Amino acid sequence: MITRIRIAVVVLASVLGITCLGASSDNSVKIIKISAKQFEYNPQEITLNKGVPVVLQLTTEDRLHGFNVPEMNLRADIVPGKVTELKVTPQTAGEFDFFCDIFCGNGHEGMNGKITVID
Amino acid sequence: MNKEIDRREFLKFAGVGGVVYVSGLSGQPGLGFPMWKSKDFFFVQLSDTHWGFEGTKINPDARGTLIKAIQEVNNLTQKPDFVVFTGDLTQTTDDTSVRKARMKEFKQIVGELDSKVVYFMPGEHDAALDKGETYKDFFGETHYTFDHKGVHFITVDNVSDPTGSIGEEQLEWLKADLAQQKPDANIVVLTHRPLFDLYPQWDWATRDGAKAIDLLMPFQNVTVFYGHIHQENHHMTGHIAHHSAKSLMLPMPLAGSVPKRQPIPWSASEPYKGMGFRNVLSQSKRDKYLLSEYPIKGNVRI
Repeated sequence: MITRIRIAVVVLASVLGITCLGASSDNSVKIIKISAKQFEYNPQEITLNKGVPVVLQLTTEDRLHGFNVPEMNLRADIVPGKVTELKVTPQTAGEFDFFCDIFCGNGHEGMNGKITVID
Repeated sequence: MNKEIDRREFLKFAGVGGVVYVSGLSGQPGLGFPMWKSKDFFFVQLSDTHWGFEGTKINPDARGTLIKAIQEVNNLTQKPDFVVFTGDLTQTTDDTSVRKARMKEFKQIVGELDSKVVYFMPGEHDAALDKGETYKDFFGETHYTFDHKGVHFITVDNVSDPTGSIGEEQLEWLKADLAQQKPDANIVVLTHRPLFDLYPQWDWATRDGAKAIDLLMPFQNVTVFYGHIHQENHHMTGHIAHHSAKSLMLPMPLAGSVPKRQPIPWSASEPYKGMGFRNVLSQSKRDKYLLSEYPIKGNVRI
């Protein structure tokens, strides 16, 4: 049963062009560190290559934040004291906004950034 | 089936101080305003007052807009049976003492409403940073029900959880409440965030809103009134109508119409543009709601 679920998750992720991991064991995959704090991400703009896997390594400097890229079906909580990793293999070129989806204070609505995927 | 309602599908009236749309569930909408049935009634929806907001480029009358709205509600020819505030009563702050001061001041100001009955619910600005604790001290529970002239009102809290979720516990509460209702009951849901995915790229959604809609779907007569997006929006999820209200502090652009989600700057030539409130006529006989949209008038008080 567990194997079937794993296969289903892998197939779904493959369809979406996304792989989400607790940690990456592939040393050849590029790691992009993204730090969050009220009310900004650093960096705010990220450029990825279509078809090339990367690991987004998310941390927070202050409180709980979210990281949500609806158009890439990608989201995670960024929990204080933890490193959250998302492995992404973009399949579509374009610009995709990301934002904090966990209310974090006066300025929350402006906490966003952009992923640009190039061919 | 999800669809934006074409405004042409609503009947547009002139006069009575505002623009009027008819939200109907079936058949031909009724015309006219006489209260021909004793169970017909008005209620006013005010939303997103963000008391404590400061930003002269967005609203140089930040401390006057709400007061003007209250005066205009008090001057309505058709007196509402009650008034509802659909969240974001105050602008958020990390400082609990400032939050309390804003809520205290807000409560004093809205005490000037002629209406004896006022219902409140929180927005994320009021409740998300402390899970609604301060809000409850001033305004009571964040989700509850009440009945008025044959209509069952349900306030749903989708903001005290900072993820913008209703949560399983409240969904179970909703399920239990709905179990007491007949399939043809008149049900109105009052909430802050849209229950459907209006525009998730701007966080205009409720993470588990689809679960609430699934619970409501078996009921024939359901209408949702909400705030959060600071503009009118009329949308259908199946037979359920969703109507968002304007803000009384800062208007927002249409979803996705600009690169960033930012308030629309104040227009000196058109002060208060995009701000306003709504008067709703509930027609018991026809299971319909007539929506009257009112702008903010008067001189700018800076």
